Amino acid sequence: MTQGDRWTAILLALAGLLMVVAIILVFGVAPDPSNLVTPVERFSQRIFYFHVPTWWVGFLAFSVAAGSGLLYLITRHERWDVISLSSVEIGVAFTTMGLVTGSIWAKPTWNTWWTWDPRLTTAAIGWLMYIGYLMLRGAIDNPERRARFAAVFAIIAFLSVPLNFMAIRWWRTIHPVVIGSGSADAQGGFALGDTIRMVFFFCLFAFTVLYFALMVLRTRTEWLARRVEHLKQRVIFR
Amino acid sequence: MSYIRKVYAIVAKDVAAELRTREMLSSMFVFSLLVILVFNFAFDLRAENQKTLAPGVLWVAIAFAGMLGLSRSFIMEKDRGSIEGLLLTPVDRSAIYLGKMLGNLLFIGVVVVIILPIFIVLFNLSAEHLPSLVGVVILGIIGFSGVGTLFSAMAVHTRAREVLLPILLFPVVIPVMLASVKLTAAVLDGVPFADVQNWFSLLVGFDLIFLALSFMLFDYVMEE
Repeated sequence: MTQGDRWTAILLALAGLLMVVAIILVFGVAPDPSNLVTPVERFSQRIFYFHVPTWWVGFLAFSVAAGSGLLYLITRHERWDVISLSSVEIGVAFTTMGLVTGSIWAKPTWNTWWTWDPRLTTAAIGWLMYIGYLMLRGAIDNPERRARFAAVFAIIAFLSVPLNFMAIRWWRTIHPVVIGSGSADAQGGFALGDTIRMVFFFCLFAFTVLYFALMVLRTRTEWLARRVEHLKQRVIFR
Repeated sequence: MSYIRKVYAIVAKDVAAELRTREMLSSMFVFSLLVILVFNFAFDLRAENQKTLAPGVLWVAIAFAGMLGLSRSFIMEKDRGSIEGLLLTPVDRSAIYLGKMLGNLLFIGVVVVIILPIFIVLFNLSAEHLPSLVGVVILGIIGFSGVGTLFSAMAVHTRAREVLLPILLFPVVIPVMLASVKLTAAVLDGVPFADVQNWFSLLVGFDLIFLALSFMLFDYVMEE
């Protein structure tokens, strides 16, 4: 076991532990929201502790992807390409979860799985863009060109993140605004109570640690896969 | 040769090549006409008021026709081997981008200019909307071809080529399309400009962002 392996193991254990604590907090400690009427609404509100952090991780991942894409274009070091790809893959996984959890919450609350609200539309479009990123990578054979085009696309696709974030603030939408809206002007706007706030930020933290743990694993796998590819080429063309 | 002359030379080259065959313009025109017709009778069966669908139909037609033009734009260069020639010319890569972008803009613009009157006739709209419609369309297709030219240059080097371009481009241009559809609807309904000013700002903003980003990133796409 090398030094790096040990740190990876510690990080993974920490992420696992935090997630378990988060689940206990969400179902055991967090109080019922006071502004919701029916029991179903009250219970389904708890998905918020997972839904918001998945989107936060998605946006974080796409920002990291765009940043490392930019660094790749400047430095041309393969490391940044590996980080960019890993981050997009994790981001797509988490935003998929975000779309699914949002849908599950919407059914009891809005009485529909999906509605063409600006927030939902921009979220779905942003998700599609990164599916496009993965397809773009899959369609290019030359590794150098694949890295270069992927970096360019990651930078452009990043535009969806601020658009997504601003969508619920610019347009009138039925999606609740939680962060940065004390005013109840926005439909569904509300303030968080102390315990709810504590649990929420704990979940946010747990998911962020999980993101970094997954990033470490994914980048290592990608490096190993590239090394195997490299060795294979050496054996074939010897 | 000044920068503008270089850009002009590339546009002129594309226009000259197109005028010899006219295959791109004619296929774009026929295709957008087909889209409008197909939508017309597809919706005819269900929709109460066809006019409410008109802005969406117009922009789907423009987007599909534009996609045809954009994908041809670099495939043509690649298949004839002229892309290397273009890269060997002593001009800045950004001049190539601007030249190709303006060429695409021009082709899509020409097609739209022909299609707009037909659209007005088929949807039974009043012709007084034409000048404002042209304005909205110009703003919309600037954003569309701005980022589309960049993606077209990328897609041509991939295995899927024509298939990949729409997958990459459509999600990215959604803000531009959305704002264009809203503004078109506002023009057709006679809504005062002040009410749709935020959509107008959104459209202009995304046009500028797409142009600036593509202008800067094109260097990295064309580097070989």
